[in-house]
Amino acid sequence: MPSITFIHPDGRQQQIEAGDGESAMQAATRNDVSGILAECGGNAMCATCHVYVAEEWLARLPAMSDDEDALLDGAAAERRPSSRLSCQIKLAVDLDGLVLNLPDRQL
Amino acid sequence: MSATSPTDPATSAKAVSAGVPSLDVDPFSAEFFEDPHRIHEVLREAGPVVWLNKWVVFGIARYTEVHAVLNDPITFCSSRGVGLSDFAKEKPWRPQSIILEADPPAHTRTRAVLAQVLSPTAMKGVREHFTATAAAKVDELLARGSFDAVADLAEAYPLSVFPDAMGLKQEGRENLLPYASLVFNAFGPPNQLRQEAIERSAPHQAYVAAQCQRENLAPGGFGACVHARADAGDITAEEAPLLVRSLLSAGLDTTVNGIGAAVYCLARFPDQLARLRSDPTLARNAFEEAIRFESPVQTFFRTTTREVELAGHHIGEGEKVLMFLGAANRDPRRWENPDRYDVTRRTSGHVGFGSGIHMCVGQLLARLEGEVMLAAIARKVGKIEITGPVKRRYNNTLRGLESLPITMSPA
Ligand code: HEM
Ligand code: FES
Repeated sequence: MPSITFIHPDGRQQQIEAGDGESAMQAATRNDVSGILAECGGNAMCATCHVYVAEEWLARLPAMSDDEDALLDGAAAERRPSSRLSCQIKLAVDLDGLVLNLPDRQL
Repeated sequence: MSATSPTDPATSAKAVSAGVPSLDVDPFSAEFFEDPHRIHEVLREAGPVVWLNKWVVFGIARYTEVHAVLNDPITFCSSRGVGLSDFAKEKPWRPQSIILEADPPAHTRTRAVLAQVLSPTAMKGVREHFTATAAAKVDELLARGSFDAVADLAEAYPLSVFPDAMGLKQEGRENLLPYASLVFNAFGPPNQLRQEAIERSAPHQAYVAAQCQRENLAPGGFGACVHARADAGDITAEEAPLLVRSLLSAGLDTTVNGIGAAVYCLARFPDQLARLRSDPTLARNAFEEAIRFESPVQTFFRTTTREVELAGHHIGEGEKVLMFLGAANRDPRRWENPDRYDVTRRTSGHVGFGSGIHMCVGQLLARLEGEVMLAAIARKVGKIEITGPVKRRYNNTLRGLESLPITMSPA
């Protein structure tokens, strides 16, 4: 059961327990993390589950697909090198402790 | 309506061998269109998989199974048609869709093209115009006061933005809604709705076929963008018009019924209109919740490509499975107070736009239209009252109204 932390734009931290195999987006919506909208339900089509991955974790995530890359260009908040779609981050024990920063908006 | 009955022995043998309850309800009947919710409940509670005697198909109405089938496109394929008709046994009524009625890997390529044409980036380009047009429409309707929310709002607004965004000519646009109605009736069984729609289809089909051609699509529109992808080599010159056809088939009547559903919700539930007025940023979610609540696209079929176990039931190869999106969207196993329209609900995960690889490629455009219309209503409208008889429109796939007489008063 990996535990992950979301950091809101105001600095507030929210730590949640994710189920094995769940995506970071699923864990967030299940735990009512307000900064994740996930309009498309995790189908990599809406870019409203945008997060900034904490520096130290970035290299430990699997590379993104072309779809994710293209979608991130259309994200509402500024795209940064650490930008990812949380629905495409599958959580497993090796990501225990993952820290994700929430953008100021998803729309 | 009797819940179960052993009728045709040959077909019910399949139900018996699958060990699923066999039901006599007809989800493509006037009785069903008038009140699907009661029958949805019967379907959901009968079991995770049911057999529908009337049309000789399996049916699934619970969220878990609908979501699972949508997300297993290899076992539950689309290339044999997403209506009742099995393309392996019957010629499609029109040349098969190369996206909706395709499986990977063919689907992957065509899908990528439309996903790019209707991407978040593309939405930024039309957003401002769609917003201004919605605001002007609401001002105009407030000046009139009383009107039919179907013709004058739910149809009028998408008609004022979508054909232009596609790059269509002015002439002949009156064919668009009849064509879409035909397409969605044709997914259904060979009942009167389907037969009559197909009999009258020739002029609408001719119109749409012509508008899909490059020379009839204005530069800069979504139609021209699809053709540009043929130049780039992502699709062939023959495929481009077929992809434009997909947008013309699925891009208008769906949003008409989506916006119609939202306005009907706000008219019926004044507390939710009040909530929306107090916070217009809820507009987008209020639209999304209307899609969950009414499910303007009610059903689609899949066909099994192999023998498969679904929720412990055995289904053979080549079987049609009818997915009740509307029933899944109100399954109490998945949703708290499913029969309540709640503009603040967390709607993520509803299947009103489908799920998985075929999940609506036009969802961002649909949400944009819905959001800006509801935001204009939230800011400008004080009260919505239903002033006359509400009439339902019958279609084998689309759920919506024929007429919704209302009075809208300013805030
Ligand atoms: C409220 C409005 C809408 C609803 C409820 C809706 C619903 C759906 C659903 C349920 C599917 C899944 C079909 C399946 O799984 O077999 C779908 C697919 C599709 N939709 Fe929509 N839709 C809407 C608006 C639009 C718009 C505005 C467009 C185009 C501009 C569009 C174009 C398509 C296309 C081309 C597909 C096929 C995608 C594929 O097979 O990969 N839809 N839609
Ligand atoms: S939930 Fe839509 S892209 Fe992640």
